[in-house]
Amino acid sequence: MTKYSALLFISGLVFLLMVITGLLPIFSDSHTPMLVGKAILEGAKDQVGAANVVTSVVLGYRGLDTLGELSILFAAASVVGLVLTKSSFNKAASANNDKHDHHDSGFVAVNAIDLIFPLLLVVGMYIITHGHLTPGGGFQGGVVLAVAFSMLVIVRPRRASINHGMVSIIESFAGVSFILIGVIALFKGQSFLQPLLSHGEFGSLWSAGTLPLLYLAVGLKVGAELAGLLLALNSDEVVD
Amino acid sequence: MIWVVTVVVFIMLAAALAVLFLPNMIAAVVASAVVSLCLTVIFAVLKAPDVAMTEAAIGAGLSSLILAIGLKRLGYWKTDSIDKVKAGERHD
Amino acid sequence: MNHFFTVEGILYFGAISLSIIGLFGLLVSKNLFRLLLSLVLFEAGANLVLVLSGFIRNGIAPIFLDGNSGAVMNDPVPQALVLTAIVIGVGVQALALSLIFRVKKHYGSMDMRTIRSKLEREIAENAGVTPPGSNEAPAPVKLIEGENS
Repeated sequence: MTKYSALLFISGLVFLLMVITGLLPIFSDSHTPMLVGKAILEGAKDQVGAANVVTSVVLGYRGLDTLGELSILFAAASVVGLVLTKSSFNKAASANNDKHDHHDSGFVAVNAIDLIFPLLLVVGMYIITHGHLTPGGGFQGGVVLAVAFSMLVIVRPRRASINHGMVSIIESFAGVSFILIGVIALFKGQSFLQPLLSHGEFGSLWSAGTLPLLYLAVGLKVGAELAGLLLALNSDEVVD
Repeated sequence: MIWVVTVVVFIMLAAALAVLFLPNMIAAVVASAVVSLCLTVIFAVLKAPDVAMTEAAIGAGLSSLILAIGLKRLGYWKTDSIDKVKAGERHD
Repeated sequence: MNHFFTVEGILYFGAISLSIIGLFGLLVSKNLFRLLLSLVLFEAGANLVLVLSGFIRNGIAPIFLDGNSGAVMNDPVPQALVLTAIVIGVGVQALALSLIFRVKKHYGSMDMRTIRSKLEREIAENAGVTPPGSNEAPAPVKLIEGENS
């Protein structure tokens, strides 16, 4: 019965979406960007100075949006830690957990992660620092860093371990520096998170003012948060 | 170009249906990773390289890792033969 | 209909179908983990629709290079929005997974019907009322009306 009503609902929704899609202006050849997009494309080169316009939007025109996004991610990571803490389970479960010993993964996984770990670090930092020139940036590079560190811990839980205090220090340092850069712009009489410093030579690594610094902060924060989240998901006892 | 897009879209939709109807949970998670990979190709075709990189790193990489950890901890990490799954416990 | 067999048309078809498949899974699946997978599919379809709304035929990627000063670029705003939406999506996914861990720990099951019946029984016990009969139990036998009089 639920299945049939769901099918009915969904067929109505399909009809509605198809009709709406047919009315969109995208199917005509003279389709141009929306007004905001057009204005940003025209002004981004002079106002922000980053070659990658998406980076200009993420950190320049919509920097406040990115700050909100970072806080949502922070809230999600905190709640995962809160939900999965050992003290909230009962005592018997945590005593059981201590007896549960962790084994290293197999030969292939251990050696592969030893090989690719430094490469992953280099790739992650490259993606973060070149975010204003090429596709990529703090989010993608941060994810690569987080996966590199947490894979190291997941594959060989005995030898490698991540200091949770260190992770939270990096995370809060990155978050505070992101906000500080925004506040410094306020003190200079500009808008919050407006890019500062000189634009430099267009297309070189040292260009676009404070955007690379902001992306570095975003990358460190996303990396630290996601690594902590993965380890919190992995490190608890097996639910049976 | 249009044939590439057509083939990728149909692979993506087949993988999405497989996510819902495969009895084995490991296969379902792998199918969701296939959906993310096809989406990466589509974003690259749509001239959105930033989104394509994000989808490749997060959708196909990190998300699959999180779901695999979930599989391990929820007790779905078993590669039973299809007959046994059909006979005993169908997980949906 | 003549617009359907273009890149945009096929991609819109794919995006709407992906969202619909995800929504169908959300509505009919009985297993919590499959519910999470359906959520991932739904979100992917929504992201694809957003990126498509900024797509321009014969446009180029929104990156300034040496030789492309005159070309039309794709709209960068939807791309930036989807960039953040994907990252938020993985956070939401991890949060949902941790809640599923707790539900599995507490109720010992992943099946929505089992969890629901256990939940109702628990609520009734805590409230101090007798739990309502489950659907599987036979209906309570009614006394024959003429017996008492």
